[in-house]
Amino acid sequence: MSTHYLPEGLPAPAQEPIAQPYWEGTRAGKLVIQKCAGCGKHQWGPEWVCHRCHSFDLGWAEVAPRGRIYSWQRPHHPVHPALNGHGPYLIVLVELPGADGVRMVGNLLGDPLQEVAIGAEVEAVFEPHDAATPPYTLVQWRLVE
Amino acid sequence: MSERTLRGKVAIAGIGETTYYKHGKSPDAEFKLALEAILNACRDAGVDPREVDGFASYGGDRSDGPRLAAALGIHELRFSNMHWGGGGGGVAAAVANAGAAVHSGMANCVIAFRSLAQGQFARYGRGNQAAAIGGDDAFLAPYGLMSPAQRFAMKITRFMTQHGIRHEVLRAIALTSYHHAQTNPRAVMNGRPLDVAKYEDSRWIIEPFHRLFDCCMENDGAAAVLVVPAERARDMPHKPTYLLGAAQGGHHRSAAPVHNAPDYASAHFPTVAKNLWSMAKLGPKDVDVLQAYENFTGGVLLGMIEHGMVSAEEANEFMVPENLRFDTGRLPLNTSGGNLAECYMHGLEMVNEAVRQLRGTASNQVRDPKVSLVIGGPMVTPVSSLILGTEETL
Repeated sequence: MSTHYLPEGLPAPAQEPIAQPYWEGTRAGKLVIQKCAGCGKHQWGPEWVCHRCHSFDLGWAEVAPRGRIYSWQRPHHPVHPALNGHGPYLIVLVELPGADGVRMVGNLLGDPLQEVAIGAEVEAVFEPHDAATPPYTLVQWRLVE
Repeated sequence: MSERTLRGKVAIAGIGETTYYKHGKSPDAEFKLALEAILNACRDAGVDPREVDGFASYGGDRSDGPRLAAALGIHELRFSNMHWGGGGGGVAAAVANAGAAVHSGMANCVIAFRSLAQGQFARYGRGNQAAAIGGDDAFLAPYGLMSPAQRFAMKITRFMTQHGIRHEVLRAIALTSYHHAQTNPRAVMNGRPLDVAKYEDSRWIIEPFHRLFDCCMENDGAAAVLVVPAERARDMPHKPTYLLGAAQGGHHRSAAPVHNAPDYASAHFPTVAKNLWSMAKLGPKDVDVLQAYENFTGGVLLGMIEHGMVSAEEANEFMVPENLRFDTGRLPLNTSGGNLAECYMHGLEMVNEAVRQLRGTASNQVRDPKVSLVIGGPMVTPVSSLILGTEETL
């Protein structure tokens, strides 16, 4: 029984150098994103420069793995062979109030047919893909009870 | 210092297209389709194709200008221009770039075009099948977010939810395009009508706002326009269609990675529309006929709202088929059938339709229009839009 939300065979993330601390963080069960050493603000996705103060001194910081649903979708039509016959699944856009409101995309765990509400509180669930070469961990989300 | 503007400076003197096909059904190669559309636009304008001296396109068109120039034996190539960005976001920009080249004196006679043969090449609605994926997609594709529909769906979900807009608004947009296609012999969906029941029974592509008929087709074909100086257009066969306004781009960080645009639930036209109206010296009330690019019906709605054609508050009431039809509508929309039902030619078929409307030669002719608005592919960056007008609007 797979512990992964979606079937095997979707593209793996290329763990590129610009995002290395993020990927290393996920392997350790931590949410680590860019935090500018110049102005102290968070930004996401990874970029070479701070869009606020133009500092290239972009550090990384662990942030609280909690957020709220900013928007969502339930795809039905399979757009990749790995999804053929799988049925609908949920994608959420999650806003992190504790990190200057940056947003992340993930799946919402649980019943794929559940009702989804914008604003609902969610927490990160780290989904390891240990058998992949190289191994990686995805950040998924579940509703906070 | 004289005013810096394209208003009234250039005109579309010729339009052309190929037969439009279902995706994969073109008997001809993509490059041949491009050549055919370009030759048709030249013939329409009464211009010797060898006199063309520039090409402008968008969406990563594979039929590159220098090769076209060689194949057509044009005397001299003076302008080659590819607009950044995917899909149809650049359709109006390609026409405007051609116009800017002509007005600045860099070229005299420029073709803006799009050619697509998705049977010969890849389709858009399929996800990337690489084993590992980098850039922005590293944070999207592993979660099953891969297609254009999926890239835009969460903008539409948030906007519709926030503003309490009902799905019937999107249905009206789809019904309108299909209705117009039934009386347009060029339309791929001619003879394939759509009604409320068929729309409501169609399968989900993505909940909560993308039924099958909310999504554009994928097609094979090509379309082209020929742009010349305004004064020259007056001596050419057709009633001139002048460029009154053009704008492209996106608002603050609209292309921010991993869905981080600050103003997210947007089609990306807020600043573009402001610049468009400013150049055209016109406003939403002046538009007689509107072509609004449908990648997805939600994008049409957002683009219309951001151009001031309808407000979010009045959308539920106003956006009904009767208000959008060419004959009865207060705001005739997508009068050829557009990307949903005429042909997905990345919106260039809509520029051709805007010209036909102003010439008075459209299949679904609006009564005596003077001003045509074309809104290019929404929700990408850069987006673009343009306004065309007849002699009276100068």
